[in-house]
Amino acid sequence: MTVSLVLGQALNGFQLGILLFLMAAGLTLVFGIMSFVNLAHGSLYMFGAYFAATIATHSGSFVLAIVLTLVLIFLLGLLLDKGGLSILHRRSHLDQVLATFGLILFSNELVRIIWGNAPIYMDAPDYLSGAVNLFGLNYPAYRFAIIVAGLLIAIGLYVLIERTRVGMLIRAGASNRRMVSALGVNIAWLNRFVFALGAGLAGLAGALVGPIVSVESGMGEPVLILTLVVIVIGGIGSIRGAFFGALVVGLVDTMGRVFLPIWLRETFDPAMATAVGPAVASMLVYLLMAIVLAFKPDGLFPIRARG
Amino acid sequence: MIKTSLFLRGASAAFIVSALMWGNVATAQIKVGFMATLSGPAAALGQDMYDGFMLGLEHAGGQFGGVDVEVIREDDQLKPDLAVQTVDRFIERDEVDVVAGVTFSNVMMAIAKPLADSNTIFMGMNAGPAPLAGEQCAPNFFFVSYQNDQQAEGVGKYATDRGYKNVYLMAPNYQAGKDAVGGFKRYYQGDIAGEVYTRVNQPDYSAEIAQLQAANPDAVYVFYPGGMGINFIKQFRQAGLLGEIPLLSVSSFDGSTLPALKETALGAISGSFWGPDFDNPTNQKFVQAFEEKYGRIPSQYAAQAYDGAALLNKAVEQVGDQYQDKAALMAALRQAEFDSVRGEFAFNKNGFPIHDMYVFEVAVDDKNRVSHRTLQKTLPNHQDAYVGQCPL
Repeated sequence: MTVSLVLGQALNGFQLGILLFLMAAGLTLVFGIMSFVNLAHGSLYMFGAYFAATIATHSGSFVLAIVLTLVLIFLLGLLLDKGGLSILHRRSHLDQVLATFGLILFSNELVRIIWGNAPIYMDAPDYLSGAVNLFGLNYPAYRFAIIVAGLLIAIGLYVLIERTRVGMLIRAGASNRRMVSALGVNIAWLNRFVFALGAGLAGLAGALVGPIVSVESGMGEPVLILTLVVIVIGGIGSIRGAFFGALVVGLVDTMGRVFLPIWLRETFDPAMATAVGPAVASMLVYLLMAIVLAFKPDGLFPIRARG
Repeated sequence: MIKTSLFLRGASAAFIVSALMWGNVATAQIKVGFMATLSGPAAALGQDMYDGFMLGLEHAGGQFGGVDVEVIREDDQLKPDLAVQTVDRFIERDEVDVVAGVTFSNVMMAIAKPLADSNTIFMGMNAGPAPLAGEQCAPNFFFVSYQNDQQAEGVGKYATDRGYKNVYLMAPNYQAGKDAVGGFKRYYQGDIAGEVYTRVNQPDYSAEIAQLQAANPDAVYVFYPGGMGINFIKQFRQAGLLGEIPLLSVSSFDGSTLPALKETALGAISGSFWGPDFDNPTNQKFVQAFEEKYGRIPSQYAAQAYDGAALLNKAVEQVGDQYQDKAALMAALRQAEFDSVRGEFAFNKNGFPIHDMYVFEVAVDDKNRVSHRTLQKTLPNHQDAYVGQCPL
């Protein structure tokens, strides 16, 4: 075990965390402010990847693909909310889960009808396809770019939420939506903006991840599950919780996958370690969630005074 | 006059219609129940199988041995319970003569028992799990594809031939992954630099790739079918390892994933019994017709299914009018006197093929597309490792 291996893994975990943050930020806002459980958040991520791959292939410009995808998925979010999802806000959580689960199935099939059965092609632009040298460690440039982009977006979100009027309303909505509504704020408009913002961020996450993973039908679900873990750990409705929760989950998942089997091999019989290691490593995140739920049921960074 | 002629016309029309209906009943027909995974993330494999099979049928003149064919197409949705129901329906209600297809081994294992009991002829066109080649082999099963371990064994032999001393092994943590690693080890004689089993459908391999890099192996061998293979090789390349460390594989960078990978996968090595560049006349006809009809390079899955249709055509031709005599048709199938796209082909006693194994490199073909180029033959006339356990 070398320093560069640990550093490399820490960066990998950090990068996974950043992506999870982009997903979790939207989901936690929608859940916290609108009390709307949107399981189809993973489908927006998938659409983001498909849009970006298609735009990148046809235009040849990677930056255009990312920016345009963000805008398009934001608009798609507005459209979805206007076109029916807003009806669900008033319904019970079970109805929301059922309806948005149906949307997952619908989206996966729709993608197959439009783009075909096979995964589609997307690659990093040439200027990001190499490696960058960080303290003697060769790290893939594209992953480094994801970290930088994600941090910039996190700062942008922080400014939006903490320093602007819209952000103030969003925070107020998360604390007590009834009161905000009573004070004369158009809560339907606020909801729609928050939903579309969350959708746009999920689409952006999908677009960024396109060059790393297979762009295929159903790619959103594994990420959605981790995202749900993130918002449970971080505290529902809290952007700060989503950020730190995502980093914790990213780091625990990545570091656990690497170092747990190594540690098991050194401590126990190698044959047993090989058999048990991967299984335990993939459980780690969920164990963490169980522990957090046991000791801090509202998550690590709960929002104050929920109404 | 007018009235009579109208009556006559009507009567003759009715007569013709009823004659046609009679004709339909009397016409000899072979029913094929085709079942594969045609929806969900793995639908591309099932679709290639179906397209290959239908092209084979088309090349046989829309008939098998001069007998009309009806193909009933069903999607198993990769659900073993649904597959069992579908096969029951094929056998009981549709009374099919042949069940064909099956993409995944878990589905195959679920339907093996009812199929074997019914004694319905089964033409396996992809999945070839070990138990069905060994203890649970059945006389009515014909696998025109390959036994699951065979391709991995070919790559193991290749690694030995190339003199690799230290190979790093990676696969998803489920049965097929362990089989693929087991098959490789059977013919690989060097040391194992590491053996890592990852989560099924894991999207991110950065952690494992960093470990792999630290182990500094002579070569890496992976089994990552479908999207997992795409995830892995993109990340392997971004880590700057593709081209540095030889990447050996089975069922990972094949016809189903290359369209999504394109030049990203250049240089990857994979093991199979068939490649689109085989220059035997049967294969050239198949590849050219497939590309014209479907606008893509056929994958191994399409090639296997094409062979399945060709074999059925030949066997029915051999038995002639006796095609409804199961024993006679099975005997004819067993002889396998058809022209396979892979060249030499014979059935072992367990109904699995004895055929040559090859390795291929992902390379640009003469039409400037990313495809497979044959590197070398690894195991000639290769039979599977389980045939000894088959009581037939």
